[in-house]
Amino acid sequence: MDSKRNSRRDLLKASAALAGGILAGKAHAQEHNHPTTPGSENASPMIHGSQEQIAYGQRSKYVTSVRVQHPIGGRPSPDVFGKTFHIATPLQDSVGVITPSSLHYVATTRGSYLPDIDPAQHTLTMHGLVDRPLTLTMDELKRFPSVTRLHFIECAGNRHNGQQKTVQDTHGMTSCAEWTGVLLSTLLRECGLKGSAKWFVAEGAEEVKGASSIPIAKGMDDCMIAYGMNGEPLRPQQGFPVRIMVPGFEGIYHTKWLRRIKLVDRFYMNYNEFGHLRPEDKELALGEQIGPKSVITYPSGEQRLPGPGFYEISGLAWSGGGAVKTVEVSTDGGKKWNRAQFKNTPQRMAHVRFGYEWRWDGTETEILSRCTDEIGQRQAMREEIANWWNVPFERNYRVPGLDNSVMPWRIARDGSVTNGLA
Amino acid sequence: MGSREMLKVLNALKVVAIPLLLGSLVGSPAIAQSPTYGVGRTPTAEELGRMDIAIGPTGEELPPGRGTAKEGAQVYVQKACIGCHGVAGIGGAAPVLRSERGADVPVWQKERILPLRSPYATTVWDFINRGMPVGLEGTLTPNEVYSLTAYLLFLNDVIPEDHVLDKESLPKVTMPIGDEFGKPHEFKPNAPRLKGYPY
Repeated sequence: MDSKRNSRRDLLKASAALAGGILAGKAHAQEHNHPTTPGSENASPMIHGSQEQIAYGQRSKYVTSVRVQHPIGGRPSPDVFGKTFHIATPLQDSVGVITPSSLHYVATTRGSYLPDIDPAQHTLTMHGLVDRPLTLTMDELKRFPSVTRLHFIECAGNRHNGQQKTVQDTHGMTSCAEWTGVLLSTLLRECGLKGSAKWFVAEGAEEVKGASSIPIAKGMDDCMIAYGMNGEPLRPQQGFPVRIMVPGFEGIYHTKWLRRIKLVDRFYMNYNEFGHLRPEDKELALGEQIGPKSVITYPSGEQRLPGPGFYEISGLAWSGGGAVKTVEVSTDGGKKWNRAQFKNTPQRMAHVRFGYEWRWDGTETEILSRCTDEIGQRQAMREEIANWWNVPFERNYRVPGLDNSVMPWRIARDGSVTNGLA
Repeated sequence: MGSREMLKVLNALKVVAIPLLLGSLVGSPAIAQSPTYGVGRTPTAEELGRMDIAIGPTGEELPPGRGTAKEGAQVYVQKACIGCHGVAGIGGAAPVLRSERGADVPVWQKERILPLRSPYATTVWDFINRGMPVGLEGTLTPNEVYSLTAYLLFLNDVIPEDHVLDKESLPKVTMPIGDEFGKPHEFKPNAPRLKGYPY
């Protein structure tokens, strides 16, 4: 109705704000004696535009957070052949829940070798116990109805012990991204899944053709054939052009460079499964779905609190069983547990960011976090896990299956933060 | 539209709707299994045969061919397995392939060696075929893979030296682990990974 007047008013407001901004910027520069780019009114040096800056953008040179070779496994990345093994994400610098694609953790089934796949040549084939085997080009895959979901992936090697220094060392083999693709159930219905199909083998196109056996009940529930990650195509290190997401299962199940899905009537014991082989059913069960887990990322190992006062303790929680329901934080070594706040809405098999407002009195203490998921599983202390297995608890106790035990950080009187397991 | 015409339309709808409803209730295959989107193509039998390299415990995917440990010992040298895995599976930079512990030591207390600890001999065949030699994966012939499998099983005292492995005999090899290994539980969504753990 009165849109003309409104837009004029908005324009006036905007120019006033702009003028104010320029003036404020100038005053700020003079006050703090910042160097200014000659002939400009900016308060800081200018980042010069380049083709690179225009085409794909770059982070500030003051932001230097990087991935590192993960200590578990003990193999260098890259090695002399240019292969990489385990690369950990810098959780100590993370904010929110999305891991940038450039910083997502990387693991490979056999110290791989990164295939350089031309998506125009790549196909995905589904066959075995289906009525109609199906081969899809990547363009065809993208014609199916899609879903976009947040999911974490965590490597089975993401274990914490007393030798590690930072949260990148202790927990850096988990990451969370927004994944886009087609639900496997959509594709399997298109193929006509047979009732006799109980498992499927998901196989990659890399040199070793890494393959995992996955229960069909999982496949029909929430597995996704993903081609997108954080708003763009997958990175080669994450399986470009296509991978399978098996939400909440150990990372190795999330077959990268996916080329084939074979529907079968039994557990196939591929080479990847040989790594999971255990004497007992109970221990084997802990090597599939990831348990409820959380860790404080600030303050964490090798960080330092400048002095007593207010801090927001920040961390991440996740579970392979569903969405996280509650997170508790203790600032007194586990005597008292306090409810933490969620910083975003918890989603199924996704990291959730939590915070806890804390006033540090400057005395030595230990801070910990634990979470409970929507199906009632609660993250346990290492002692509790040893008790359950009826084995004596020792300092170097190894938690069976993926290690989802509580992680303590110790804070010294000088504010320095160190590994509470050391 | 008059009421009589309306009734006609409704009756016509009933004829279609009732079988559709029944079909979805009893999961009629004719309705549930027709393709919805019609995107993609049917792979040829030749294509499927070429890519179907995941060998299950029954060995149904195994190709024709044969081999013995004696032949495998030669292939092991010819294909330079010896360069990385050492003489007779010991002493190389790559993983050890022959146990150095005594015959009386239980298999779970021996080294984690695929041709010793695997519950199925088919897994040994599968991995050599898909994953070896490093850098030349997928170049071994079926006879070479049967021979190497036989050689590694012989080195670990699983089969005698003259045992012929082929599509029929390989899945029948009894591995030392027998039935002494954890079996996967039946996965159900929204269920704890291990009931009552750790409470």
